[in-house]
Amino acid sequence: MTERKKDDVTGIETTGHSWDGIEELNTPLPRWWLWTLYLTIVWAIGYTIAYPAWPMISGATTGLMGWSTRANIAADIKAHEGRNADLVASLVSADMQTLPANADLNRYAIARGGAVFRANCSQCHGSGAAGAKGYPNLLDDDWLWGGDMAAIDYTVRHGIRNDLDDDARYSQMPAFGDILDRPQIDAVVEYVVSLSSDEFDAGVADTGAEVYADNCSVCHGDAGLGDRELGAPNIADAIWLYGGDRATLYTTVEKSRFGVMPPWGPRLSEADIRAVSAYVHSLGGGE
Amino acid sequence: MTNQSPPSLYAAREPIFPRRVSGFFRRFKWWIMIVTLGIYYLTPWIRWDRGPSLPDQAVLVDLASRRFYFLWIEIWPHEFYFVAGLLIMAGLGLFLFTSALGRVWCGYTCPQTVWTDLFILVERWIEGDRNARVRLHKGTWTAHKVRLRLTKWAVWMLIAIATGGAWVFYFTDAPTLARDLVTGAAHPAAYITIAILTATTFIFGGFLREQICIYMCPWPRIQAAMMDADTITVAYREWRGEPRGKGNVRRRSKTEAITAAADLQAAGPGAARYPGTPYPDKALQVGGKIPAGADAGPGDCIDCMACVNVCPMGIDIRNGQQMECITCALCIDACDDVMAKIGKPRGLIDYMALSDEAAERAGDPAKPLWKHILRPRTILYTAIWSLIGAGLIYALFIRSDIELTVSPVRNPTYVTLSDGAVRNIYDVRLRNKLGEARTFTLSLSSDAALGIELAGQQASTLVVPADATMLQRVYVTARPGTPAANGDMTALRLWVEDIVADTRASKATTFNGRGE
Repeated sequence: MTERKKDDVTGIETTGHSWDGIEELNTPLPRWWLWTLYLTIVWAIGYTIAYPAWPMISGATTGLMGWSTRANIAADIKAHEGRNADLVASLVSADMQTLPANADLNRYAIARGGAVFRANCSQCHGSGAAGAKGYPNLLDDDWLWGGDMAAIDYTVRHGIRNDLDDDARYSQMPAFGDILDRPQIDAVVEYVVSLSSDEFDAGVADTGAEVYADNCSVCHGDAGLGDRELGAPNIADAIWLYGGDRATLYTTVEKSRFGVMPPWGPRLSEADIRAVSAYVHSLGGGE
Repeated sequence: MTNQSPPSLYAAREPIFPRRVSGFFRRFKWWIMIVTLGIYYLTPWIRWDRGPSLPDQAVLVDLASRRFYFLWIEIWPHEFYFVAGLLIMAGLGLFLFTSALGRVWCGYTCPQTVWTDLFILVERWIEGDRNARVRLHKGTWTAHKVRLRLTKWAVWMLIAIATGGAWVFYFTDAPTLARDLVTGAAHPAAYITIAILTATTFIFGGFLREQICIYMCPWPRIQAAMMDADTITVAYREWRGEPRGKGNVRRRSKTEAITAAADLQAAGPGAARYPGTPYPDKALQVGGKIPAGADAGPGDCIDCMACVNVCPMGIDIRNGQQMECITCALCIDACDDVMAKIGKPRGLIDYMALSDEAAERAGDPAKPLWKHILRPRTILYTAIWSLIGAGLIYALFIRSDIELTVSPVRNPTYVTLSDGAVRNIYDVRLRNKLGEARTFTLSLSSDAALGIELAGQQASTLVVPADATMLQRVYVTARPGTPAANGDMTALRLWVEDIVADTRASKATTFNGRGE
């Protein structure tokens, strides 16, 4: 035991530490402070017993209260679904073509569909549904496979050109690089450009028109208006999925394109599929 | 050196037993209490017919639907500047009244003062006046004391519940809530709010009382910046009252005063009745001047302690201006009463400006009241206060009952349609601030040729429900090849119009072209 020193002036015990002759007083902590500290320790022990706390090898201690954020959120979602049960039931049984006429249900479907879209569709189609190269813009009035409620619903449910759903919409453009030679492809590209633009070489386009009639018109139509049965795009309008410049069109003709969309039937609930269809239909191009 | 423990920073509360008092200011305060409590308790029950789709409560803070109703005025959340303006006016009003009349807010209308006053009244009715209460306080816990205390607390609790209960009526339809509260069907938030406010009323009014003002309220600290020597405040005319005392005390004081005055004169400059301010090389604040009236015998104050006994703050006003003083003016009534009994003029303790002290000491008349009150500071406060008030009234009268906000959708900035036209999307919120559904027409004006279309609507009109905001998606389209379609940005203005009422509103926005 060291000898306890007392400060001469104040009479308070010192810690024995001294710097340049200045001694440090051993002023005790205020009692309320100390008791608060002890109380927090007791509280912490109780807390770690009651709630999940200590990390173990796999997972953590669960705590006596059985409290879990995951379970809480699941319960919240369930309660929310319960509150919307009526709306969900009428959405599931609604006729999709006449859904927009039912203003209240349509508003619910669009709001719900917006959430579904942002969680599942925005990765390819963009959060604003404006699409990207190879991924269709859903805001415009141009549709590959049809833009009415039933067509959109079918596309969402079964997807496009996938191996997962036998009912998926399917078509494939041949890679004309194996069929046509370079001048022929150049000519048909010039012809396709002429369908939607004023700036083209009329001579080359005329040659291209023959190539087009022999090879392309079966699917894309004589006037290039496309065929929704086959998902053949309208190539006479201002909207291009992969790009409308000559170089991109050349690549498209030479190598063809093969856009794939997964079927959402197995992954989304019936209500979600109908909701997201209503949402896409509402974006500005719905027919 | 000795073993000294540091001085304790804690002071136990001295119990205060304010005595009953009567007089002009007491009567005035009773009236203020009746009016303020009446406003507080009764306002939610006033009805105001606003038509079938709006609440019929005159004053209602409808948090759920985000509306504030005040008589014929309805405030929407985006008009919160009205509330901000009123709060600024309240602040400036407090400045004005404090600089002119001291702490009148504290003394007359502060809820803490009003409810404490009410609680003290109840206390006096049940336990008796000051002396009885002091005896009861010092006495042991007999059955009598227990009974009185329990009765008092029960009445306090009833007042507290009524106070907490009245508060929640401002936030929802009062009769419905009253029924729900009784049947137990009201929202838990209502019960919790009532419980909290009941507890604060009971504790603040019954037990904490003056400690709220002294230790918890920031306002007494700010007062000093608002007050100056011309402010009318409660003060003791020390030059008239001193030396105080009664009978033999007064005769002794008189002799002492005369001796003291003579000593003071003999001592010359540098001597004083009060200990001087110990600044080196500085003359003492009070010189060798004989205090007026010191040799003229005893003053008017008979040291009856009436002013101290009635004080709800437990102070002695004769000690001069104190932070604790809320200028409730009860000491004025108490002293006037005594002055009348001993045949002296009233006003030994009175409302006065401290700047009049010199004149009054010399026996000259004080400055008239209006000269104290009308000074640049109060005129400036009044001017700013009126300016803001006029601004708010102006804003209230020019505000429209039809409004819109436009948020352009910028993801993506534009959409190309199959014919090459360029479309921009706008989310337009239309506000119908009237209590009936109205048909609004949307249109646009721009130097460029642009078309407007409402998403999901056949026509360019739509019905907005009563007192509601409606979100409508609007498409603005530029025809292919036009400057607006191919250019960068084009200015446009979206209009909403109620053709029947001939009122309209507009918002400017921009149209994004392809930027080629």
